[in-house]
Amino acid sequence: MTYLYGFLFCGGCALAGQMIYDNTKLTPGHITSLFVVIGSLLECLNVYDFLIRICGIGATLPILSFGHSLTHASLSAAQNEGWIGILTGLFDKTASGISFAIFMAFWVAIFFKAHD
Amino acid sequence: MTTLQFKNVYVKSENVIVGKLEKEGPLGSYFDDYTCDPYLNQPSFEQAEIEMNRLCVDKCLKKGKAETVDLIYAGDLINQLCTHYLASELKAPFVGLYGACSNSALTIGHAAMAVEHLHMKHVLAFTSSHTQAAERQFRYPNEYGVQKKECSTSTVTASGAVLLSNEFSDLKVTSFTIGSVVDWQFSDVNDMGKAMAPAAYQTIMTHFEDLGRTFDDYDLIVSGDLGKIGYAMLSEMIEKARFQLENKLNDCGIMIYDINHQDVFCGGSGCGCSMAVLLGKLFKDLRSKKMKRILLVATGSLHNVFLTQQKLSIPSVAHAICIERS
Amino acid sequence: MNQKELHEISSRHQVNDHKARKALIAFISAGMLAVSGQLLNDWLMIYFSKENAGILTILFFIFIAAILTGMGIYDKLAKYAGAGLFIPITGFSNALSSSALECKREGLIYGIGSNMFKLAGSVITYGIVSAIIFSLITYWVRML
Repeated sequence: MTYLYGFLFCGGCALAGQMIYDNTKLTPGHITSLFVVIGSLLECLNVYDFLIRICGIGATLPILSFGHSLTHASLSAAQNEGWIGILTGLFDKTASGISFAIFMAFWVAIFFKAHD
Repeated sequence: MTTLQFKNVYVKSENVIVGKLEKEGPLGSYFDDYTCDPYLNQPSFEQAEIEMNRLCVDKCLKKGKAETVDLIYAGDLINQLCTHYLASELKAPFVGLYGACSNSALTIGHAAMAVEHLHMKHVLAFTSSHTQAAERQFRYPNEYGVQKKECSTSTVTASGAVLLSNEFSDLKVTSFTIGSVVDWQFSDVNDMGKAMAPAAYQTIMTHFEDLGRTFDDYDLIVSGDLGKIGYAMLSEMIEKARFQLENKLNDCGIMIYDINHQDVFCGGSGCGCSMAVLLGKLFKDLRSKKMKRILLVATGSLHNVFLTQQKLSIPSVAHAICIERS
Repeated sequence: MNQKELHEISSRHQVNDHKARKALIAFISAGMLAVSGQLLNDWLMIYFSKENAGILTILFFIFIAAILTGMGIYDKLAKYAGAGLFIPITGFSNALSSSALECKREGLIYGIGSNMFKLAGSVITYGIVSAIIFSLITYWVRML
């Protein structure tokens, strides 16, 4: 079932994104930023962990999960360390993704050349 | 009176270089040279555009057998004009013009003014545009995975140079209408054809009024780079003004590509578009006596990336030049 | 010719956007991406803990997207898939690498270094701002 739910959730997010892109003047930059904020909000409402439980990778793949993991990490750090945890724990879970993406982007820029 | 008339401005030589997609298009066989490599053996797209201009200008001067030129007018789409980098090598007084995609008519018109009124012997006009360089300048990085809107146009990779002179030849530039900038609150940068169509309409009407002409006096009137939608809009506006079109109106952006089969959305744009079609196709048609007199209405959308993001609408302009067989 | 008349003419000329087809392709491509991610994740679970397998799957997608961007394939795929490729994390990776690649000639610092975040920066900015605001609110609510 994880496969089906994952397919539906990830596809559904992309479907919503495509609808917004085609019917408004918003650019992909606007849409991804909006989705990150939505992901963060869903985490605060305790919805996102449930989504990950039933959708698996399908829920961690969309950009919403970026907002989710930032918020999740800072909230769980806050539970252990008090309010300062909101800032110290912020990057606990997303650090790997962001750092790896930056690392890859750097080497791609070094070794490749823009095509047409 | 915004239309200037010329009596002895002749076309001495011209040259066009296009990219791969333009060569594969319906007008491919009309262009002098083409390049399949968007880099032209240069390290970046901007430098490739300079190189493309260099090749084009050299060949144009060679064809015209002109050792020196008295004045140069040129322009392109890159910020602060990348043609300035070429200008230092050309060793002639140089004026860089910016009229976005209307550069073709703007530079040729100014060159004609210099020949007629400043009594210069050889005046060179050239413009260019480069797909990847323009994409980077106005839109997104080339490798960014974004789905372009269906109403957008694709920039033409082309460079065109024309040498005007006061010595008699088979083609002459007879009039130049300087357009005024209009802004009708169109703000979608993906749909520039709509913003430019009113400018083209106004310039055509001004030209007709100033010279007392109508569509009957021309064999063809081409707009610069309106694309499919802008062209449809312009046709409707002209028909509303009770003019008979009789297949005498066309658009360079539609002519240069096969818009049904090539992946170019609504057609071509950029200053290379109108320049390549004019120098490549229309000059040959004039010379082969298929046509007697044509009017190029080059349209330009003069938007600035920062000001568009500040939600201002797009100002646009159109300049017209009339070319005749002498 | 007045503005109202012009906008009325312009509204009559529209292109066919194929919105339904594009939405369907976006839905299917993102869905297939999720399914293949899940397959990879299940395979990785044999060798790694559940948490690490999840992280590795995401890193795999980031890796593939960056390489495809460098090879000039990603933008051609995205032309068809649209949101199917910019909503998943691959879009984030592509935004970073395409901006870095484009500004390569302007040097290591002002080219690659500062331009890398030109497009993807907004995601990071709004992610952090919203995460801090929402966490503070949630933390405060839970304290009550």
